[in-house]
Amino acid sequence: MASPGASAIRDKLRKQRRTLQETFVKLKHEGDDEQALVPSSGLSEESQHSTMNETQSSEDDPGETLKRTLRAQRQMRRKKLLEKLSAQNSPVEDIEEIPSVPLHSEDEGTGKISKVPSLTSLASKAPKSRASQQSDRFVTRRLEEKLKAARSQGESLRLQEASVVAAGRRRDRPKVTRSDREVDSDADSSQFLPQAASTRVKFRGPTEPVERNRVTADEAYNFFTINFEVQPEEKTSKKSRKSSKERKREEAQVQEEEDEERSQDPSQDHDEDEPLVQDEDGNVFVLEQTSKDFLEVKSAEYIGLRAFAVRHRPLIFTPSSRTVPTSAKLPENMTPRYLEDEGLYVGERLTVSPSNENILENRILRMEEGAKWFGDDGRIISLPDPIKESSSRPPLFHMEDDLDPALQTFYMKPLQSKHTNLSICAADAVLGDYQLDVDVSGLIFSHHPLFSREHVLASRLAQLYDQYLNRQRNNLTEHLTDKLNGLRNTMRNMLEIHSEQNLSQALQQRIVEYSMEVKNTRELRDGEQEKDRTLLKSLVKVWKELKALREHQRFINTPYKLFLRRETVDRESDEREYEKDILSEVWELEAEAEVDYQTKLSEYKKQLDEWKAWRKKQKSKKKKRKKKAQDETEEDDQEASEPEGPPDEGPSKPDTPEKLELDTIVKQVREKAARIRRKPGEAILIPELTASGNVSEGELCPRGEVARRHEVARRFIFVKILYNDKEVSQTNSFPLNPDFRVHFGQIFNLRIVNCPRSITLQVFEDLGSLYTMLAEVYVPVPPSSVLAGNSSIEEFEFSSNQREMFDHEGVGSGVPLSFTGDASDNVILLTSGKLSCCVSWGVGEDNVPLAPPLSQHPGAHHGGQYDAVSPLAPSGNVKKIGEWAMQSRLDPNDPVNASVMQMLKVASSGQVSAPDFFRLEQLQEEFNFASDEELARSRRFRLLALRSQEVPEFRNYKYVPSREREVSEKVFQGYEKRLKEGEMIDTKEHLDFHRALVAKYLQKIREAVIHRFLLASHHFLLSDMVIEEEMPCFGGARLRRVPDRHLRDSTEFLEMRSPKLLKMTGRAEMLKILGLNLFHLAEPKRPLRPQRKERKKVTAQNLSDGDIKLLVNILRAYDIPVRRSQGGKAGPSPQGAIQGSDWLVNHVQVRPFVEVSFQRNVFQTTTADGPNPCWNEELQLPFRAPNDDYSVASLQSVKDEVFINIFDEVVREMGARENGESPQTRVEKHWLGSVKIPFSTIYSQSRIEGTFKVKTPAVLLGYSKERSQPNAGVYESVHSLCQGAFITLFITIEPLLQPGESIREKIKELKFDSQEDERLLQAAERFERAAAEGFPGRPCATTAVDLNGKTVFITRYIRPLNPPPEIMSDQPQEDAIQVARFVSLIPSLPDKVSFSGICDLWSTCDQFLMLLAGDEEEHAVLLCNYFLFLGKKAWLIIGTAVPEGLSAYVLTLEQGRYLIWNPSSGQYYGQYDTFCPLQAVGCLVNADNVWLNIQEHVSPMRISFDVSRGVGWRPFFNRFFTHPGLSSVQPEELVYRGSDKTAAVELQERMEKLLRDKVMEWRPQRPTRWNRYCSSALKHFLPSLEQCAVALGSGAHDLAEGHRHELENLLGDNRISGFPLHMAFSEMGPIVEAVHSTGVHTIQTSNVEFALAVYVHPYPNNVLSVWVYLASLVRS
Amino acid sequence: MATSNPSVFLLSVNGQIEGANFPCYDDLYCKYCFVYGQDWMPTTGLEEGITQITCKGRQSQKLIWNFPLDITFKSTNPSGWPQLVLSVYGPDVFGNDVVRGYGAIHIPLTPGKHKRTLPMFVPEPTWRLQKFTRLVDSWLWGRRPEYTDPKVVAQGEGREVTRVCSQGFVTVIFNIIMKDMKKLGYDSGPSTSSNAQPCGTASGWSTEEQTNL
Repeated sequence: MASPGASAIRDKLRKQRRTLQETFVKLKHEGDDEQALVPSSGLSEESQHSTMNETQSSEDDPGETLKRTLRAQRQMRRKKLLEKLSAQNSPVEDIEEIPSVPLHSEDEGTGKISKVPSLTSLASKAPKSRASQQSDRFVTRRLEEKLKAARSQGESLRLQEASVVAAGRRRDRPKVTRSDREVDSDADSSQFLPQAASTRVKFRGPTEPVERNRVTADEAYNFFTINFEVQPEEKTSKKSRKSSKERKREEAQVQEEEDEERSQDPSQDHDEDEPLVQDEDGNVFVLEQTSKDFLEVKSAEYIGLRAFAVRHRPLIFTPSSRTVPTSAKLPENMTPRYLEDEGLYVGERLTVSPSNENILENRILRMEEGAKWFGDDGRIISLPDPIKESSSRPPLFHMEDDLDPALQTFYMKPLQSKHTNLSICAADAVLGDYQLDVDVSGLIFSHHPLFSREHVLASRLAQLYDQYLNRQRNNLTEHLTDKLNGLRNTMRNMLEIHSEQNLSQALQQRIVEYSMEVKNTRELRDGEQEKDRTLLKSLVKVWKELKALREHQRFINTPYKLFLRRETVDRESDEREYEKDILSEVWELEAEAEVDYQTKLSEYKKQLDEWKAWRKKQKSKKKKRKKKAQDETEEDDQEASEPEGPPDEGPSKPDTPEKLELDTIVKQVREKAARIRRKPGEAILIPELTASGNVSEGELCPRGEVARRHEVARRFIFVKILYNDKEVSQTNSFPLNPDFRVHFGQIFNLRIVNCPRSITLQVFEDLGSLYTMLAEVYVPVPPSSVLAGNSSIEEFEFSSNQREMFDHEGVGSGVPLSFTGDASDNVILLTSGKLSCCVSWGVGEDNVPLAPPLSQHPGAHHGGQYDAVSPLAPSGNVKKIGEWAMQSRLDPNDPVNASVMQMLKVASSGQVSAPDFFRLEQLQEEFNFASDEELARSRRFRLLALRSQEVPEFRNYKYVPSREREVSEKVFQGYEKRLKEGEMIDTKEHLDFHRALVAKYLQKIREAVIHRFLLASHHFLLSDMVIEEEMPCFGGARLRRVPDRHLRDSTEFLEMRSPKLLKMTGRAEMLKILGLNLFHLAEPKRPLRPQRKERKKVTAQNLSDGDIKLLVNILRAYDIPVRRSQGGKAGPSPQGAIQGSDWLVNHVQVRPFVEVSFQRNVFQTTTADGPNPCWNEELQLPFRAPNDDYSVASLQSVKDEVFINIFDEVVREMGARENGESPQTRVEKHWLGSVKIPFSTIYSQSRIEGTFKVKTPAVLLGYSKERSQPNAGVYESVHSLCQGAFITLFITIEPLLQPGESIREKIKELKFDSQEDERLLQAAERFERAAAEGFPGRPCATTAVDLNGKTVFITRYIRPLNPPPEIMSDQPQEDAIQVARFVSLIPSLPDKVSFSGICDLWSTCDQFLMLLAGDEEEHAVLLCNYFLFLGKKAWLIIGTAVPEGLSAYVLTLEQGRYLIWNPSSGQYYGQYDTFCPLQAVGCLVNADNVWLNIQEHVSPMRISFDVSRGVGWRPFFNRFFTHPGLSSVQPEELVYRGSDKTAAVELQERMEKLLRDKVMEWRPQRPTRWNRYCSSALKHFLPSLEQCAVALGSGAHDLAEGHRHELENLLGDNRISGFPLHMAFSEMGPIVEAVHSTGVHTIQTSNVEFALAVYVHPYPNNVLSVWVYLASLVRS
Repeated sequence: MATSNPSVFLLSVNGQIEGANFPCYDDLYCKYCFVYGQDWMPTTGLEEGITQITCKGRQSQKLIWNFPLDITFKSTNPSGWPQLVLSVYGPDVFGNDVVRGYGAIHIPLTPGKHKRTLPMFVPEPTWRLQKFTRLVDSWLWGRRPEYTDPKVVAQGEGREVTRVCSQGFVTVIFNIIMKDMKKLGYDSGPSTSSNAQPCGTASGWSTEEQTNL
């Protein structure tokens, strides 16, 4: 839409450009300053171009040109819009557009007046804004208006122009740049004033972008006239320098202009322009855009580096580092002021390098308001250097060096109280955990030594006010007044209804009663009223005193203020009331007085009559006497005394009662009323005590007061809590507030074990370093119904009679104090106060009150007050209370019921309470991927969680299913059952309650220990991880061998060569270490006497079922019982076996074989002949670990035992009699005896080797225990003590498992705490280490771990203790055996099993007797203690024995002979007994000392037990380290419970039934017949067997023989084979297992019958001895 | 057999212990074993093995074993993902068999071919004297400290008590195939097109390519 106008413009433009170029060239030549200003920039060219055009275009009519341009622009704008719409860009139009803008600039130039740019900018703004047509129209209209004005102006300007043609070219610029100077003078540019100012700012700060949104006309103009990139400031400065002459000229011209313009109406211009200026927004962009368009035509220009730098200089500000003159930094005409010189402290400034400081100053100066950063001294304001010269941290001293040794702290072991032990022993009473919450909330002093006088008064005031409030609350006066009025009313009514004449007797009586009541009530009321009145009075009085005091001392110390609120009353009604009251009272009093008078009068009359009568009598007497006196004078003396008495005794003449006058009554009543009652019409005074007053500041107070306050501030208060007179806790120290209140707000939860007897709170005052106890407050033990939720805080008053005096304002305590000068009202005030606290029983997590039952604590029955509500509350059954309240119609206003009502109210409101907690892991919820419920529901997750917790059932659970549904509930059954069983006590398994409890307790301990172990097992030592050759110690002769893979390989190889287990000799060991295996080649391949060698140890990690085998090597046996008779003929004589020696030679005595059963796998050897057989056979028994868990802990807790049973193989011929043909033979086996070895022993020792005593039954039917070779006289003496069979065994595990090294080392590592002295512990450790180094293989124990996991010195366990009195007899020797037997009857339970080999816990004897389970140590300790009690010399032997390994035995000295007692079997051996199971003696222990065996040998046979001699035994305590007097951990006395016969009988029956069932169960194929006759006979024997056993082993034998004969006689032709089993009772399982192992049930004969009898003999303290008699009868 | 609702997933590992790079040692052999959690079970293949003794060639400084691994595990739980534990032994100057390195690595979690290089280490002797006189020591006793069980290198517990020094590297190639992981809800990365995947040397590349596609 190229209009003709546009083309015209184009033409014109072209022409103009030409001229411009010409002028440009010309100007260049001229070397005008603009050249320098605008170097080779396109834009500047343009602007120059435009400026230069001024001259040319000035000739044209500016108005017309403008008009034209505007039109063209409008068109162009429209077009642009259209273009935008059509999105089509024709290049032609583009070209057309371009020139249109320069036209503007030209026009601007031609316009020359400052208004024009604004016009153009306005016009040019439109396209940019792309407003609607409407706005366009608006703009055009405005423009046209403007145009008119401009035209008129333009004409006038033209006139001026003529004169200033030459200067006109540059005129605009100065206007812009120096408009600030023109402000005052240039009226023409006045319209630009604000803009000019802003532009200046903008142009000066070149970094600041031009605010285009608010472009003023000036800016718009400048945009075209000046180059933006040129720093205007510099320009101005340069220009100002360069063209100062010109400027002067200009100024003159401008002046002229201004003068001319002033003639015109400037305001008009102004008006017109104002809106214009405001209208234009953001129009610069258009211009910019267009100018860019312009630039597109130009070719790119090279900018030189220097030029570039120059160009960028305005953008980059480089502050100079030169010193800024002070004058520049200060406001004008200010001299710097140096505070330092004025003597003020300034502080040291931070050291900053001067150049940096200068740079900063320069920079700041550039800034707006830069001056504010500078101080008066012309320097930058800065804080003083914060770094202190000396360090403020207190210097560290080495405490140990400098401290006075007396002041050094040393560690004290906590003392263990007796009660902790008691609580364990009192396991019968099921212990709960009880919790007592002691809430110490605060403390208020009612008097304190530091009270000032004012405080004394104030506290008095407060107390009075409290009293007042209390009275007010109860409001007795009101109550009584009401009652009185009511009574009066009823009485009046009564009198009115029944007019006085016809009053019945009863009614009269009632009236009398009523009046009495009225009287009483009135008196009561009067009393109360009087009290009220006096209270009020004293309140006011004290307040007045307080005020006076404050006035006097001129400061205020307490915030109390008493207000008396006046409640005005209706005077008339009040008076009426008052009068009425008085009247009625007067009336009543009158009536009473009347009645009184009447009664008195009647009494008087009576008395008077009496008196008169008496007088008469007296008179007559006198007369008589006179007569008499005259008659007989002798009697006179006697008589005379008589009459003198009666007149005294006789009634005196009564006074006539006075009738009370009405006036006096009225007077009295009024007087009283005036005294005690408020005057009528007088306002009711209601005192109000507030603590709102201000306390005077310290400065206002005199010195004494200040000192007092300081003193107060120094005091701290804390409260100690004593439970049963033992301090349990204490509160923090809180400062004493100025108002003598202390707020603690601390709650102490006391976990209690003992019965609560007293709870005491001790209030302490802390004066810096020393503290004094102010008072003790005894708090009653709350009844068990008082729980944490429902208890209320109570106040307990306390006081102390401490005397304290001060020299300051504090009044002290216990010191007379007077408020008046003359000490008339002396009072002695003692420190007192109220402690508010609350003691209640805690509530458990599930709302279970943690309070003991009522019966348990004696303190519960104190006091009569029992809260009726509290027992209901813990049940939480508020609803029920509500119902009950409804039913019983509780008076809600009754204060007694307040608590109930309160609770009901709370309950009905729904108990909305804000959470009084804060969250620790607040984003945890967001991170949970499933809710807790979901996780809890998920069985799979539960399984995984339990496994990772290492719960025993799941520790080795494999293949947790991947899906939820595949996890069956059954998985958890066992676990849940166990959990449940933990709570319930299974009596079936344990037969009696006590044992069940004990088992539970033991289980608890075990769990605790296992938990500890699990913790320890995650604690690794280097040796657990790395096998490392220990550095050979070249100095020492010993080389220790450490398992090594390489060596192991070679030994493996050796093992392969010689399958027999070889023992490596010390020499071979040495050689191997040297890595020279040459000698092995020289070794014989099959040595004649092969020795067992060590094998490699396998860590039980990659083992599975069947990998482990138990190797049992049965070598030989001695003294096996022999068969008594062949063919089972009845009644051979007891001597038969011995006599028929030739018979013995001919016949087979016994054909024994050995059967080894382990985990119900049975293996047997071949049969050998004779009583001293030699098998030399190896049996391999498979081993299966429980739960397939081959970890060390699991293996250690295997409870299975290896039974080694010796049987006699009896071949019976069957049916030979009947057929006569080939006689059938049947093999029977008869049990002869057994040896039991627990697997745990084998495991822990890795091999067991030795000769063991076979446990043979006391009676073996059909066998004789007579020694077959009586002529072996050499051994006779030796064997005298140990009769019975022996078997030599070697047992080991293949492969050799890494025995769970005792965790003891680890536990030591973990530092089990101990009550022992540190020195002692160290000494013990040294001793043990020395023992281990000097005498390896000799066990040495100096410390033991008790049940609490604490290390205890071993001698503490030894103390004489009383055995149960029942088993004591007269003979000391028998006593010893009895006692040993009793001890052996306590079931043995190796600690290894119970605590999975974790540690050896030593329980004390009372614990042992209570638990009824323990290992050898416990047995030994108990036995030793019994022996000591019996007056024997006894020691504990710590040594090794077979098969137990490390064990404890007891040594006694009897008649110069040492006896060794096996505590777990009750057997004793002489020192030189070959078969004594004790193999090595490590050390001896008694109550005083521990002796280490330092003799050459360890075998008891070869050592001397005499510890008194210095040689051979190294004592622990010696001259250098004396016994510190260790007290015993054992109780002083053991208390036994009597034997329980009924329980024993019950157990006996149950056991019999169980065994019967078991035997039948084991014989599923064949019927099991029971011979009842035999059974009863057997049953008969058993008690006597027990007696025999008790009596004495050897003597019992004959008795048993007798029984056997009896039995054989009874059961004639039956072949009986049977035996009684005897064992200590612990559980059913072992008994069943023992019976099973004898194999009685395996007999295959069809006509077999069984007999079973069980006898349980009870011993004190639930120790039971069990006898099982089992026999099989075969009818022959 | 291929049920839609499997209860286990299978992880099949093929590959080989390619070789090792122990600059100072020669004549080494390698023992391997797998360590896995309680919910894992090998269904087929050898769990443990011992390679031949190999010595360095004249040109190459590498020890090549090319010992095949082939084992398949089944499991219900990714916890306790199997690890390959390698321990390398070789003779010292005097022919004593000593350990030359321990190393462990998890079997790759994504299907495909993976080449892994295991850095190896050995426990350090604690005796200072032994440290100083290592040569003398080895001459005298010919042994270095060893782990009680090579499997400890696959677990973190207790390692803090040991100190080790690094030795060399062993290269192992794994080819992993999985079954039913996705069905059980475990996504171990791109497993669908493992067959189509080019046999890249580094698995990292291939996975990236996959995700970009």
